[in-house]
Amino acid sequence: MAQAHGAGPGGAREQALLRVQGVSKSFPGVQALQDMRLDLRHGEVLALVGENGAGKSTLMKLLSGIHTPDSGEFFLDGQPCRPEGPRHAQRLGISIIHQEFNLMPDLTVAQNIFIGREPRGRLLLRDGALDDRARELLDRLGLPLEPRWVVGTLTVAQQQMVEIAKALSYDARILIMDEPTAALNDAEVAALHDLIRRFVRPDTGVIYISHRMAELKAVTDRITVIRDGRYVDTLDTADTTMRDVISRMVGRELKTDAGPENVREDRETVLSVRGLSTKTLLEDVSLELRKGEILGIAGLMGSGRTEVARAIVGADPVESGTLTLHGREVAFKNPADAARHRVGYLSEDRKHLGLLVEQDVKANIGLSSLAERFQSFGFVRDGAVRATSREFVEKLRIKTPSVDQTVRNLSGGNQQKVVIAKWLVKDCDVLIFDEPTRGIDVGAKEEIYELLNDLARQGKSIVMISSELPEVLRMSHRVLVMSEGRVTGELTAAEADQETVMAYATRRPDGPSAGKPDGPAPAGTSRSAENPR
Amino acid sequence: MTAPTAAPPRQKQDATARDGVRRAVTSRFQQFLAVAGLVAVFVFFSFASPHFLNYSNITSMLFSTVVIGTLALGATFVIVTGGIDLSVGTGMTLCAVMSGVMIVEWGLPVPVGVLGTLLFGGLVGLVNGLNVTFLGLPPFIATLAMMLVAQGLALVISGSAPIYFSEDSGYTGISTGSVIPGADFPNAVLIFAVAAVIGGVVLNKTLLGRYTYSIGSNEEATALSGIDVRKWKIIVYVVSGLFIGLAGVLISARLGSAQPATGMGYELQAIAAVVIGGTSLSGGKGSLTGTVIGALIISVLNNGLQITSVPQEWQNVILGCVIVAAVYADKARKRRAV
Repeated sequence: MAQAHGAGPGGAREQALLRVQGVSKSFPGVQALQDMRLDLRHGEVLALVGENGAGKSTLMKLLSGIHTPDSGEFFLDGQPCRPEGPRHAQRLGISIIHQEFNLMPDLTVAQNIFIGREPRGRLLLRDGALDDRARELLDRLGLPLEPRWVVGTLTVAQQQMVEIAKALSYDARILIMDEPTAALNDAEVAALHDLIRRFVRPDTGVIYISHRMAELKAVTDRITVIRDGRYVDTLDTADTTMRDVISRMVGRELKTDAGPENVREDRETVLSVRGLSTKTLLEDVSLELRKGEILGIAGLMGSGRTEVARAIVGADPVESGTLTLHGREVAFKNPADAARHRVGYLSEDRKHLGLLVEQDVKANIGLSSLAERFQSFGFVRDGAVRATSREFVEKLRIKTPSVDQTVRNLSGGNQQKVVIAKWLVKDCDVLIFDEPTRGIDVGAKEEIYELLNDLARQGKSIVMISSELPEVLRMSHRVLVMSEGRVTGELTAAEADQETVMAYATRRPDGPSAGKPDGPAPAGTSRSAENPR
Repeated sequence: MTAPTAAPPRQKQDATARDGVRRAVTSRFQQFLAVAGLVAVFVFFSFASPHFLNYSNITSMLFSTVVIGTLALGATFVIVTGGIDLSVGTGMTLCAVMSGVMIVEWGLPVPVGVLGTLLFGGLVGLVNGLNVTFLGLPPFIATLAMMLVAQGLALVISGSAPIYFSEDSGYTGISTGSVIPGADFPNAVLIFAVAAVIGGVVLNKTLLGRYTYSIGSNEEATALSGIDVRKWKIIVYVVSGLFIGLAGVLISARLGSAQPATGMGYELQAIAAVVIGGTSLSGGKGSLTGTVIGALIISVLNNGLQITSVPQEWQNVILGCVIVAAVYADKARKRRAV
C-alpha cells in the first residue's frame, strides 16, 4: 500500500493538487533535500513528518519561493510551477503558516491580516473598510476575534488564529502549517482541527507538519515520512500505527545500549533545585543532578524546558526556589555569576545567544575564560588563547582551516563544537545543553553525542534539554518530563520510552489554568514561553 | 561560505588559503580606501591652492584634527559596542568650562586642574553608562539627554561668559607649546598621537578591548558567556568620557579660554570621523587607526575647502557626500564579499 502512489511514470490519471517531484536542494556542507517527492491530493490533509533536520522546513522554503530548488519540479493541478517568492507563492494559492509568527504585535488584528493590501482612498487609508473586510473574513472562518484587538495582547492561540486568517485571506488552496499546535493547549488544538476540517474542500488541501502523533490520527488522512532529506514512505493514517510512523522516521537502530547505563544512585549530588518558580511559567520545579550524569529534560514546546535552564543560570528572574551547588546554597544573579560558579549554559539559539558569528574561532573559544586564564594585568595573552584554541579544535575535531576562521563559515555542527569548546576551556562542572543538536546534520549529531558521553564519563554533570525525543531517550541516564511549566514525570533510563514520555508530556498538570482560550487576554497572560524573544 | 565539512580535499585547502588572503585584503579595504581618499584630497588641495601646503596651515589643520580626533577616539569605543555617544561635543565644552573654574576661579595648580578635568569627563561618561545600563535607556537617548544637560550646565556654570586662562599659568602651553626642541610642533598633536596609541593598545590588547568588540558582536551571547556586560559597558562610556575631558583641555588650552557657547556639532563631526574610518554603527567592527584617518580626512577637507574659498555652507554639503560615499563603499565591499 505504501507503494500505491509514487510518482509513477505510468501517469496516474488522477492529478494531485500539489506534486513535488525529484526535488533536490543543497546548502554549503549539507544536502538538505535529495530527490524529494510528495503528493497532496484534492481535499485531503496530508501529514509531513520527519525528525528535526529531515528537510521539512527546507521543503517549505522551496514551496514559498524563499529558496529555489537545485533540481526537480513542482506541479499544481498538473501544471508545472515555480514559486519565485512568498508573494508569488501566495498568488499561486500556496499559503504557509510558519512556526514563528510573522505578526506585528503593535498593530490590530485587521491591520495584520491585510498588511500590504490595505484598502485606501486617494490619499488616506480607509480603516472602516479594513475592519469590515476583516470582520467578514473572521466571521466566515468562525474565529472568535475582533478586528480591532491589538495582536500583542492576544494569547498565543489567538495569534495563531490571526496567522491562519491572514493565510486564508489570500484565497489559499494549499495551506501548509508548520507545527501549528506546538504552543496550544488541548481545547485550542481541537478548535484548530475544527478550522482545518472546515477549510478542506474538494479543491483545497492541507499539509500538516507535526511531531504530535496523536494529532496526526485526529486530523490527517495520509502521512508522508521523510528522513535525512529523502522521501521514505506515505501511509494511510487510518490503518497505520504510530509505531510504524516512528520507525520509518528514525529509520535506523537507535543505539539504546549507548547511553543509559545507570548512574549509581550513591553518586554525590552536584546541583539540586528545589521549588523553582517564575512569574511567567515555571511552577515548583525540582531536580537533582549527580556527578557524571546526563539528565534529560523532555517536554513539548512551551512546556518550560528552556525556562528551567534560564532560571537556573539567572538569565530570567526567579520568583522562588532554592539552588544548591556542591552542598552550598547559591543564587545566580546572571549567567556571568553562574559561569563563575562553573555552571555553563549552552543556549538553543546558538547564533544569537551562543556565538560571536562574525568573529573567529579563537575569539569564541577564549571568550568566557579571558579574565581568569588568558590575561595578565588586563592584557589579553593572545598566544595562550591561540594555543588553547588549537588544542580544543583538535580534541573536539572541529573542522576548520584554522583558529582564525570566522565562525560564520563553519557548519552548524562545528559551530556547536566551538560553543562546547568555550565551556570546556572554562572547565565547568555543570553544563546545561539546550537543544545541543538543533540544526546539525546527522553525522555531526553522532559526534556531539559521543562528546557528551565522554564528558559525563569524565565526571561532568550534564543537563540535556531537547525536543527530539529519540535523542533524549538515547542519551539520558534519567529523564525529567515537563508540561506547562511543571515537572510531570521523572523516569529512569529503563522506564523511559516514547509512549511513556509523551504521556507525561501531554498530561495537563492540575492547578490554576493559565488563561482562557477565548476573549482578549490582558497583556502579560499570554505565555511568554512561546515567544522567548 | 566555505563550510568545511569533511576533511577538505587539497584543492579546497588551496582555495581557503587564497580565501584567507582575500579576506585579509578586503577587511583592510575600507581603511585602504580611507587612506587613499586622504592622500587624494591632500594632493588635490596641494595643487588647488598655493597656501595649502605650508607649515602654518598644516599645523592649524592638525590642530583641528586633534579636537575632532580625540572625541572620535572615545566615540569609537562606544560605537564598537553598538552604542552611540552624542554628548561628546557639549561634554567637551562643559569639561573646558570646568577646567577654567578649577584653574582660574579656584586657583588650582594646572596639573591638578587638568587631572580634575579628565576625571570630570570620566564622570560625564559614567552617568551616560549608568543611564544606558541600569536605567536601560537606549544609548541615543541617554547621550542626547547628556548633550543637552552638558550644554546647559556649561552656560550656567560659566554665567554664559568665556573664562580666560592667564598667559603665565602655562596652561595654553599644553596645546600650543612645543616639547620638541627647535621645532615648532604643537604639543596637542603629540598628546593626540599618544592618546591614539594608548587607545589602540587598549582596544586591541586588553580585556576591555576584547569585550568591547564581543559586546558589539553579540551582547546577549557575551552575557551568557559569563561576562558582566553591564560593568564593561559602563567602563566603555567612562573611557569615552575621559577622551571628552582630554578634548576639553586641549581645546581650551589652544584657545586660551573656555567658550561655553560652543561645542554643539562636534559630536556629529566625531561620529562622521569614526564612520569614515570604517567602524560599523551596528557594532563589533572598527579600529582606531581608521578613526584617526577619518578625523584627518574631515579636517583636511574642512581646511582645504576653506583655503580654496569654498563657502562654509558648501563645505557641509561636501562632507555629507563624503560620508555617504565612504559608507556606501564599505557596504558594497561587504556585499561582494558575502
